Amino acid sequence: MNGANRLPRAMMLAAYVAFTMIPLYWMVNTSLKTNEEITSVFSLWPRALTWSNYHTIFTDPSWYSGYLNSMLYVAMNTVFSLLVALPAAYGFSRYRFLGDKHMFFWLLTNRMTPPAVFLLPFFQLYSTVGLMDTHLAVALSHMLFNVPLAVWILEGFMSGISSEIDETAYIDGFSFPHFFIRIFLPLIKAGVGVTAFFCFMFSWVELLLARTLTSVNAKPIGAIMTRTVSASGMDWGTLAAAGVLTLLPGMLVIWFVRNHVAKGFAMGRV
Amino acid sequence: MSKPYNNKAWFFILPVFACVAFSAILPLMTVVNYSVQDIISPTKSVFVGLEWFRQTMRDSELHDALLRQVIFSLCVLLLQIPLGVALALAMPSKGWKSSAALVILSMPLLIPWNVVGTIWQIFGRADIGLGGHTLSALGVAYNYTASPIDAWLTVLLMDVWHWTPLVALLGFAGLRSIPDAYYQAAQIDGAGRWAVFRYIQLPKMRGVLTIAVLLRFMDSFMIYTEPFVVTGGGPGNSTTFLSQYLTQKAVGQFDLGPAAAFSLIYFLIILLFCFVLYSWMQSAGSGSKSAVETPP
Repeated sequence: MNGANRLPRAMMLAAYVAFTMIPLYWMVNTSLKTNEEITSVFSLWPRALTWSNYHTIFTDPSWYSGYLNSMLYVAMNTVFSLLVALPAAYGFSRYRFLGDKHMFFWLLTNRMTPPAVFLLPFFQLYSTVGLMDTHLAVALSHMLFNVPLAVWILEGFMSGISSEIDETAYIDGFSFPHFFIRIFLPLIKAGVGVTAFFCFMFSWVELLLARTLTSVNAKPIGAIMTRTVSASGMDWGTLAAAGVLTLLPGMLVIWFVRNHVAKGFAMGRV
Repeated sequence: MSKPYNNKAWFFILPVFACVAFSAILPLMTVVNYSVQDIISPTKSVFVGLEWFRQTMRDSELHDALLRQVIFSLCVLLLQIPLGVALALAMPSKGWKSSAALVILSMPLLIPWNVVGTIWQIFGRADIGLGGHTLSALGVAYNYTASPIDAWLTVLLMDVWHWTPLVALLGFAGLRSIPDAYYQAAQIDGAGRWAVFRYIQLPKMRGVLTIAVLLRFMDSFMIYTEPFVVTGGGPGNSTTFLSQYLTQKAVGQFDLGPAAAFSLIYFLIILLFCFVLYSWMQSAGSGSKSAVETPP
C-alpha cells in the first residue's frame, strides 16, 4: 500500500493504544497505594509503594475464594461447551438434514437474548432442581450463550477441512470415534483453542447471571467486588488490586491464541 | 461443495439440542407462563391474560428506559463503527507489531464487565481519578455522580473504550482476507487512497461489518453491568437502561408477572431490530459481492 499517510495512521493507532492503556495504568497505580494516599494525595505514581492491598486479597478467604469460584465455573463451562459443541459442529459442517438451517438460526437467537430476560426463570429453575449456589448452575447457565458461539466457531474451522479426509479415513477402516479424536481433532487444534478461548472469555466476564445464581458457596469475584464497594465504605486500594488480578487470566490466554484470535472473532460471533 | 443429505446427522446435534433446550426453551416457557398469570404466592396464581402486557406497554418509566436505550445504542454505533474501521486500517498487517497491536487492543475485551466499570469509576472520580482530576484541574465542572450529562458521557466513553476493539478486530480480519493482487491492480489503475478504501476495502469488509454492527447493537442493547457499577443507573434514572430496569423489577421487587411480560417484549424488540438491521445492511451492500465468506 502507499506510504504517504503512514505517519498519521501510526499516530492515530498510538493515540488509541494510549487511550486503552491510561485507565488500566491508573487502576494498577491505585492498587499499589494505601487508601490514605489515594484519597489525600494526587500523584501519577505511588509515593509509598505498598503490596498490602494484594496481601489482603491473597490472605482473606472471602476474597480469594471468589477467584477460585470464578475459575472453577469458567473451566467447567469451557469443557462442557466444547464437549457438546464438537459433535454438533461436525454435523453442521458435513451434512444437510431436516431443519438444519432453522436449528442454526435458533442457536443464534440464544446468543441475542439479553441475560436479564433469563434471570427470573433461571432463578426459579435452578432453585427447583436444587442447583442454586453451585458452580454447576453458573456453568450451565453460561452454556446458553457459549454453546451457540462454540458451534459457530468450530463449524467455521471444520468446514475449512476437506471432507476427503473423512472418506479416506473410513476407507482405511478407522472407526468414527478413532477418526474424530486421533485424526480430525488435531487438524482443527487452532479452532478448538480459539473456541476454548472465547468460551473462557465470555464466561469470565459475565456477571449478571453468575451473581444472581450464587449466594455464598459459589460467589464469583465480580460479585464480591460489588459487595465491597457498597458495604465497607470505599476500600479503593483493595478494589483496584482485585481488578488488576482479574486481568491476568485473560492476558495469559490471549497470548496463546493471538495469531488466530482475529479469525475467531470474524467467524465465531455472527 | 455440496454436503450429503443425511438425517442421522441429528444425532450429532442432539447433545447441543438437549442442553440448549434445558437452558433456553424451558426458561422461555416459564417466562411465557408467568407473563399471563398473577402469582400471589408459590401455590396460588390467577390467570390474567394480557393484563401484564397492557400494563407494561403503558409503563412510562419503561418508555423512558427504552428511549434512553435506543439513543445509547445509536450513539454507540455512530462512534464505534467508524473508529473501529479507522483502527483496522491503521493496524500493521504483519510481524510482531501486528501481534502486539492485536493483544493490546483485545485487552479491554477480556476484562470482566464489572471491572470495566470499576476501572472507569476509579479513573473518572474527581477526587481520586486521573481523568476526573485532570478535567477539574482544567476548570471543567465534571462529576458523573451528580450531572446526568457527565454520567452519560462517562458511560459512552467507557463503552467506546470497552468495545471498539471488537469492531477493529473484525475489520482487521476482513482486511486480511483481501488478496494482494487487488491492491496491485488498484496501483496500476492509479487509484488513490480513498478509491482503494471505497471500492476495494469497504466492499470486502461488508460481511464482517454487518456482524460488527449487529453485535454492537445487540450487546449495547443488553448493557447492564458497566453502568450498574459506575453510576448505578443514576443520577436519578438518567443511565438506567432496559436490562437494569428489568432486573430491578424481577429480582428487586419480585414482580414476576410484569417482569415476565417485560422480558418477552424486550426479547421481541431485539429480534425485530436485528432483523431490520440485517436486511438493511444486506440490501445496502448488494451489487458488490462480498468475498469475506461467513458461515451460513
